[in-house]
Amino acid sequence: MQANVEKNFFELFGLPVGFNLDTADLAARYRALQRQFHPDRYANATDPERRLSLQITAQINQGFQTLKEPLSRGRYLLALQGVNTDEETDTRMDPDFLVEQMELRESLDEARCSAQRGERLARLARETDALLRARTGALGSSLAGGDPEGLRRARELVREMQFLKKLAREIEELGEVD
Amino acid sequence: MALLQISEPGQSTAPHYHRLAVGIDLGTTNSLVACVRSGIADTLPDGEGRHLLPSVVRYLKGSDPLVGDEALAAAAEDPLNTIASVKRLMGRGIKDVKRLGGALPYEFAPGESGMPRIRTAAGLWSPVEVSAEILRSLKRRAEATLGGDLTGAVITVPAYFDDAQRQATKDAGRLAGLTVLRLLNEPTAAAVAYGLDKKAEGVFAIYDLGGGTFDISILRLNRGVFEVLATAGDSALGGDDMDHAIADWMLRQAGVEVSADPHGARRALRDARAAKHALSQDEEAAVRVTRPDGSIWQGRLTRGEFQALVDPIIERTVAPCRRVLRDAGITAFDISEVVLVGGSTRMPRVRERAAAVFGRTPLTDIDPDRVVAIGAAIQADILAGNKPQDEMLLLDVIPLSLGIEIMGGMVEKIIARNSTIPIAKAQDFTTFKDGQTAMAIHVVQGERELVADCRSLARFELRGIPPMVAGAGRIRVTFQIDADGLLSVSAQEQTSGVASSVVVKPSYGLSDAEIERMLRDSIAHAHEDNDARNLREQQVEADRVLAAVESALAADGTALLSPAERRGIEQELARLRSLRDGTDVARIRDGISALDRATREFAARRMNEGINKALAGHRLDEFG
Repeated sequence: MQANVEKNFFELFGLPVGFNLDTADLAARYRALQRQFHPDRYANATDPERRLSLQITAQINQGFQTLKEPLSRGRYLLALQGVNTDEETDTRMDPDFLVEQMELRESLDEARCSAQRGERLARLARETDALLRARTGALGSSLAGGDPEGLRRARELVREMQFLKKLAREIEELGEVD
Repeated sequence: MALLQISEPGQSTAPHYHRLAVGIDLGTTNSLVACVRSGIADTLPDGEGRHLLPSVVRYLKGSDPLVGDEALAAAAEDPLNTIASVKRLMGRGIKDVKRLGGALPYEFAPGESGMPRIRTAAGLWSPVEVSAEILRSLKRRAEATLGGDLTGAVITVPAYFDDAQRQATKDAGRLAGLTVLRLLNEPTAAAVAYGLDKKAEGVFAIYDLGGGTFDISILRLNRGVFEVLATAGDSALGGDDMDHAIADWMLRQAGVEVSADPHGARRALRDARAAKHALSQDEEAAVRVTRPDGSIWQGRLTRGEFQALVDPIIERTVAPCRRVLRDAGITAFDISEVVLVGGSTRMPRVRERAAAVFGRTPLTDIDPDRVVAIGAAIQADILAGNKPQDEMLLLDVIPLSLGIEIMGGMVEKIIARNSTIPIAKAQDFTTFKDGQTAMAIHVVQGERELVADCRSLARFELRGIPPMVAGAGRIRVTFQIDADGLLSVSAQEQTSGVASSVVVKPSYGLSDAEIERMLRDSIAHAHEDNDARNLREQQVEADRVLAAVESALAADGTALLSPAERRGIEQELARLRSLRDGTDVARIRDGISALDRATREFAARRMNEGINKALAGHRLDEFG
């Protein structure tokens, strides 16, 4: 028999399956589970318990990682409903979104070479963040219904957020070089 | 000694004895051993009151190697046989060592498995064996001071050590005859020493600049949980580099060619270090170089010149500091305390720079040389089981991303840097040729996109895939990182179930055969009987397992087992207890396996109980 590592991440953390969650509560649950299962707690336990402790802690860590960020949480919720976001293979995107992305990329290039580089990068970071926030909100409501149209919209939002996240990271990295 | 107490036949788990466990800081320049005694953690001095053991080993023809101060004293007169800063060579290949180049005055010879060996008057030695000498010396010191055999040790490593460097450190512990309870990251150890001391809460930055490595870690302390948020650093940056910069300057001033004169280079290094120490207080330091022809150059190094030499080195710590803040998702403003660790943070220039980066005055009230060993001792005490009720828990991370090579020499990352360990992750790959029956898997570590820019950890092959059309074979590669930060990888073809798994033996590590041989050699060296040692090790293992099962039965045997199930486990317990007092190593091993099998179901039930208990208690306590 296996211990209950086959639970989904929400069940593992004793939470209802859903997009909206309190991240402070999640972190507190994470620490409580770690206190119970971390391999340090089993240093003098039986070998089967030590193996299970390793297995469960790995699961807890991956679960926390997945649930704490809205993007990975949304992607995971879609996967639980059998919807794959295919970021690697499916490159079709909404044309309006692509235009917006191209404009943001152009601003990034200009900011990179601009005399007010720091200022412009900061402004761009704020814009990207606002776009991400708006989509995070929309993702919550799209997932809430669970209807096919909501899921389709949620999939699109997750894919767009992936783009924006990448852009945000590049802006940060450029900011650090100064 | 203490271990035998629990193995007395018929005696149940005795919770009141103390297992001897130590923390060891295996440093580039100095090493220390610490232990918790009567609730207080402190470093252990040698017979002459010295806490720091210089990490220097001198090999002599026909006698035992010298370790520590005696070895250090001979460094300048006997540079080729006196190995210092060996930590910089741990887990490195010949190519890396060549890149360190003129910095190291030793002669290298290639080893059996890509690991370089250092040529000395007493033969060829790998960095792992040199480190094992240092550990052996600390083990002897601890056993003499504490009056008994050690149960185990926690050895610290720079947080930024990669898998090969960690594996090499663990191998060194094994060679020294230590049971390595855990490899612990140095900054995390320092945080434990500070955090427990001050009962602190909040976010800590640990700036650790030692002799050869730089680490910067961000930790959150919350009710005894030390959670590493992110770590960054440079595993080849430290005070050594400053010594070299100063020595090179001195030799240049004197017009001496460095590579032509290993003795002179070693003397210059010693004098450079002395000048560096002096310039922490003084405005200038007198320096001199004896040229190969015997003539002498004398000069002065002013603080201004000194700073010009070391500033570029100190500056290299700034980029990792910025990156670690970003990875932790915080700004310098969120940090409650900055802690300085490592001998190089005694330099005023380093303190100024660290203060500037984080915008606050750093803490230095625990001796930066000793704080890491003290933290490691606290963790060793817990892992040895001396504090079963302790609330402290360390959640550490993996410092560098892990991935595998895909087409075109690119890296597919499987586990991202700064993921909390232990962690397991699986990824599926497909066959790319019709009828493909084997797949080579190349494991790399690093942040770059090209394999050539990352560190190669291991290669292995999955064979026996049934022939299928391209793309039909699905290979699932699973990476598992344990609490020491060490990696094992397994691969399985999903349609046929063909499996292959390896504990990653790093490309620049020792093979198991080499370790076995070295162990045998060192045992022969200590005039110890191999069979007797094997038996004793197996008995210690049996005692550990017996104690663990007895205590699990005492806790949950009634609640979670039927009387028949309980009898089944008790039978295996009794059997192992009697085998343990025999002399047949193989039968004791079988007895341990049988007890393992008999307790699997029980273990799973206890774990499931644990999930309910963890969250139930949690809701009551914190959410009313």
